[in-house]
Amino acid sequence: MRTILYIIQKEFLQVFRNRAMLPIIFILPIVQLIILVNAATFEMKHIRLSVVDLDLSSTSRGLISKFEGSPFYQIKQFSFSYHEAENQMQHGKVDMILNIPRGFEKKLLIENCVKVQFIVNAINGASAGLCNAYATMILMDYNRQIIAENKTISAMVLPQNILTDYSYWYNPKLNYKTYMVPGILVLLVTIIGLLLSGMNIVREKEIGTIEQINVTPINKIQFIAGKLTPFWIIAIFELAFGLSLGKLIFNIPMEGNLWLIFISAAVYLFVILSFGLLISTVTNTQQQAMLVSFFFMVVFILMSGLFTSIESMPQWAQTLDKLNPLMYFIRIMRMVLLKGSGFNDISRHFWALVIYAAGILTLAVWRYRKVA
Amino acid sequence: MDSPAVSVKNLTLRYGDTLALNDLSFDVPHGELLGFIGPDGAGKTTLFRVLTTLLVPTHGSAQVDGLDVVKDYRQIRNNIGYMPGRFSLYQDLSVEENLTFFATIFGTTIRENYDLIKDIYSQIEPFKNRKAGQLSGGMKQKLALSCALIHKPGILFLDEPTTGVDAVSRREFWEMLKRLQAGDITILVSTPYMDEAVLCDRVALIQNGRIMKITTPANVIASYPYSLFSVKADDIYGLLKALRDYPGIHRADAFGQTVHLSFNKDEFREAALLDYLKEKGIEPAGIREIKATIEDCFMDLMGKEEG
Repeated sequence: MRTILYIIQKEFLQVFRNRAMLPIIFILPIVQLIILVNAATFEMKHIRLSVVDLDLSSTSRGLISKFEGSPFYQIKQFSFSYHEAENQMQHGKVDMILNIPRGFEKKLLIENCVKVQFIVNAINGASAGLCNAYATMILMDYNRQIIAENKTISAMVLPQNILTDYSYWYNPKLNYKTYMVPGILVLLVTIIGLLLSGMNIVREKEIGTIEQINVTPINKIQFIAGKLTPFWIIAIFELAFGLSLGKLIFNIPMEGNLWLIFISAAVYLFVILSFGLLISTVTNTQQQAMLVSFFFMVVFILMSGLFTSIESMPQWAQTLDKLNPLMYFIRIMRMVLLKGSGFNDISRHFWALVIYAAGILTLAVWRYRKVA
Repeated sequence: MDSPAVSVKNLTLRYGDTLALNDLSFDVPHGELLGFIGPDGAGKTTLFRVLTTLLVPTHGSAQVDGLDVVKDYRQIRNNIGYMPGRFSLYQDLSVEENLTFFATIFGTTIRENYDLIKDIYSQIEPFKNRKAGQLSGGMKQKLALSCALIHKPGILFLDEPTTGVDAVSRREFWEMLKRLQAGDITILVSTPYMDEAVLCDRVALIQNGRIMKITTPANVIASYPYSLFSVKADDIYGLLKALRDYPGIHRADAFGQTVHLSFNKDEFREAALLDYLKEKGIEPAGIREIKATIEDCFMDLMGKEEG
């Protein structure tokens, strides 16, 4: 036991003596949290709109003013030539064109039905979808307004009976920051944990100290425990630090029990640190270890449900994702923090992590052989 | 104690197609200072790694202190000190932290075994707060030796401890080894420097994974079977080339500013050699008979193996 404690002490000493390490542990998370949470949002604001109004009637102006009033749109340009607007889009100056044809108002009054055209820049599919959805919403709203105002139309057209109304549970204002912070925290803890542990033993291999350790009577359980505990402590601390920042800066909700978060994190970190250890045992240089960790990290992060929803992935990817520890922990974090879930709600994910941890730790310890 | 400190029987280790150790057998009695001399790649490090339980032999057996290196590796590790050829302490920890670390791993403290390392450690103690990475080569060796000794091992394995260390530090280092030996520690040391061989009780000449000879330095010299001469000339390379073509010669090797040449006993004719050299246009500065040094003996033995 004394040996383990001393190895832990030595690891801490080495981590804190490394000048590059302290900023990585303390400054990096703050920067990352602030940048990622503010930058990685799905909301689209200030969509640049070009309006081609060939009608110039009060109805067409009313529609335009609706777009003007929306926080999502910013009218960049009015023009009377569709080609000019198209040109602007070609040069990337506008994201969307609203094309109101000549005789818009007249047709509406006579035929009760008229078409306007939206042209959306769909290079980024996700944002194009949002542009379209916002525009449709504004249009529907205006539609209703016209029906109400214009009796000649309302007399002939049946009022719409079914109206869809939305209510967003657990995140009523659809605040993306609230949604992102827990996920980004998981990312942070994962990066720190995986890199620290992945680099560590391979570093001892590289500088040759493992040779000196191997001829000592210390056994591998002691050695591994002594090696991983410091990183486990650092990562847990990192999570606590990140949660406090999230509360202070972004005022994220903490509906559930924080203990549940930390207990899950404790198990989750076993998975990540053992994963790092496994990488460390199968590689021979820090460079190799870095590349291998990076590979897994990118796959895990992109498939974690942090940026894209897992439910929209193909079936095989969803099955594959069962092997992604990040997915489980991000779910636990979001469920507990945003929804206030209790242990029963998260138990499936929790036990998955426990099994994962046991499996991968066994594998890593087995792979790490003291006798070469 | 009855069993020898180290006992090796038919030890063979194979890396793929290469025979790193080829059927080695030898015993090392307690308290001996045994030197392993041989060129790079001879198998010295591999042998040490087997004896320190880091490698498992392909065939044969090795015992350290009567314990088998494969079966009882854990007990062996408590009783040996190993200093690998490459400096392998924590460069980012200080001298004292390194020593404390290894003491703790072995379940002891610096104070408990201070007597043993006092001689060596006292020389680097003034720098105990300096990081190991910032020490000079000689000081690094002393620290590594202190760390290998801190748990009071009965047998010490030193793999090329003096490689890359200056001549003064090398001499100091050997003096320390002698003192440790007097303190009843068995020492196995490997070195590529032949001049260090005379400082050992016995030397083992190792080449291509085989031990060619294992005996005392005096015996090595005494059993040298040739007449040896030293020749000087301005053009050492030309002289060497000419001598190697000379019929009847056994060997010719450059030794600094001279060439050592050996003949079978009583086959040397000075006049004939001088005539031969004159014909080649070389004016030797003088030929004299000399006594063989241990280096001459090793060159000879290694040449035989290659031939």
